[in-house]
Amino acid sequence: MATVSIRALNKKYENGFHAVKDVSLEIRDKEFMVLVGPSGCGKTTTLRMVAGLEEISEGEVRIGEQVVNDLPPMDRNIAMVFQNYALYPHKSVYDNMAFGLQMRGYAKEEIARRVQEAAEILGIESLLARKPRQLSGGQRQRVAVGRAIVRHPQVFLFDEPLSNLDAQLRVQMRVELKRLHERLETTAIYVTHDQVEAMTLGDRVVVMKDGRVQQVGEPLELYGRPANKFVASFIGSPAMNFVDVTVAEAGGALWAEAEGLRVKMPAPLAARARARAGQRLTLGVRPEALVIANGADDYSFATAVDVVEPLGNEILLNFRAGGVAMVARVDPAVRLKVHESVRFALDPERVHLFDAASEAAL
Amino acid sequence: MLIERKWKKWFLFYLPMAAFIAFTLFPFYWMAITAFRPDAELYATWRQPNAAPLWTLHPTLEHFVGLMQTTAFPTWLWNTMLIAVVSTLISLVCGMFAGYALARLRFRGSEFLGTAIFVTYLVPQTLLFIPLADIVRDLQLGNTPWALMLTYPTFLIPFCTWLLMGYFKTIPKELEECARIDGATRFGAMVRIIFPVAVPGILSAGIFAFTLSWNEFIYALVFMASADQKTVPVGVVSELIRGDIFFWGQLMMGALLGSVPVALVYSFFVEYYVTGLTGSVKG
Repeated sequence: MATVSIRALNKKYENGFHAVKDVSLEIRDKEFMVLVGPSGCGKTTTLRMVAGLEEISEGEVRIGEQVVNDLPPMDRNIAMVFQNYALYPHKSVYDNMAFGLQMRGYAKEEIARRVQEAAEILGIESLLARKPRQLSGGQRQRVAVGRAIVRHPQVFLFDEPLSNLDAQLRVQMRVELKRLHERLETTAIYVTHDQVEAMTLGDRVVVMKDGRVQQVGEPLELYGRPANKFVASFIGSPAMNFVDVTVAEAGGALWAEAEGLRVKMPAPLAARARARAGQRLTLGVRPEALVIANGADDYSFATAVDVVEPLGNEILLNFRAGGVAMVARVDPAVRLKVHESVRFALDPERVHLFDAASEAAL
Repeated sequence: MLIERKWKKWFLFYLPMAAFIAFTLFPFYWMAITAFRPDAELYATWRQPNAAPLWTLHPTLEHFVGLMQTTAFPTWLWNTMLIAVVSTLISLVCGMFAGYALARLRFRGSEFLGTAIFVTYLVPQTLLFIPLADIVRDLQLGNTPWALMLTYPTFLIPFCTWLLMGYFKTIPKELEECARIDGATRFGAMVRIIFPVAVPGILSAGIFAFTLSWNEFIYALVFMASADQKTVPVGVVSELIRGDIFFWGQLMMGALLGSVPVALVYSFFVEYYVTGLTGSVKG
């Protein structure tokens, strides 16, 4: 149980590659913090620096009150679950889980008790005598988690632990990990490239890109108030729709205009965007913030549907507006055919504007 | 259809396979049959009546007895075994540590060192034995088993290092990272996790090194002078070919007995040996 504080962390490789740039994070005690981002964004490197597997070029990592920059991994009191599980192939499941305790000189009875306890939590009591190669993917995953929890570490580190599992098992293990965290109340740092995993597991989520932190926040905060266009596009599936627009003032209101599209900006957003009148901005709207309009109003525009994707619980309507392809998520009761013309209205509460150059949210 | 396919399989697979096996095994068969053939049959012309050049009608142990009584064959066998085992052990230990370092540690000049070690392996023994003979004489090791136990590793260590380096690279590095988080030092992780996982690779390196030193000829010929210090390959050739007389029966008996230990070692570890060469480790 500990806080982890990362200050101005940098990683520069010998070949000049700058993998992690000025990352600062305060991870609270018992918090489940998820680092998410596309591959090569520096999330795994950050995690490995916390683990002590990668040298820190600049900056500081503290676990609890202690600066751990120069401590070897074994002295940081952490446990890590790897993407490929990294089970010791020559040891039985029991010995895999016991190894960390044996290395730390625990008494035999204590080791047996802890392994048994962890095995019960994870439902792998019957597998203790087996070798890793006799286990299925899901079972290996459990053993890897078990090996981490027997040590009662201060911090759990997870490096994409679910990405080698098939889709169904991944969803199941995701829920189990969440449940396990509720039960153990240990600080956890979890790295993934899957935004759904990030949103469902994290108490807070860190979105990274090109070595930099883009935004830190609770899942719904990231979804509802993305700090920039990258976060807006990375979180959510299907992704947010973006249209390049020009804002213009007319009749006391602010209007966003693009080819074949003219919509009024809601008041709070207009207040922030007024100074940018006449400039190019990017309008962002999530698929579910586009609703089918009954009549023409200031927030709606006309278009024709070109692809209909009926998913059962929802229907995705693909169309073109403002010169780009867009998607709307609508109720499954909606009956629309391809090429049928339709009016969509923006939900004024859920419209975003981004600076075209810096991509920061207004 | 089915018949045609069966016929094809016979023609394209079993027949060439059988021919190949016959081709490779015939020398061994010839060696074995010669070792048990009485001299009268060995030196008889093939055209004489009742001649059976491909098998023997009167198997005999006379060559075995002759080999044991007239030569120091048991001593040669013992010398070869001792030298092969010691030089293999030395080379394996050095190769394991060097291979691990080259595969895993990033240090200045590691790539150059790896290439340099490989190049040493490529220098032919027929060149190296000249300077080595000088060193052996200076250290006064000539005509002692140490001369070979210490010179064989000069080509065995590079060999083991390269084979093991390749094998260590196939072991996921997460295994030792995990061990280091679990509380092991780098050295501890290497000894407790990497070496046990690499057993197939280590065994195949060992088998190769053992075979190479067992069969080694030129160093053994140059560094060992007296009959009781010789190894099997040198002893058999130098003591059983006297002038222009070849003692074929005893030569072949010596070769047969000399190849038995190697064959035993191979058959014992064959499974490890195959996975060691094709090597893959899954976590």
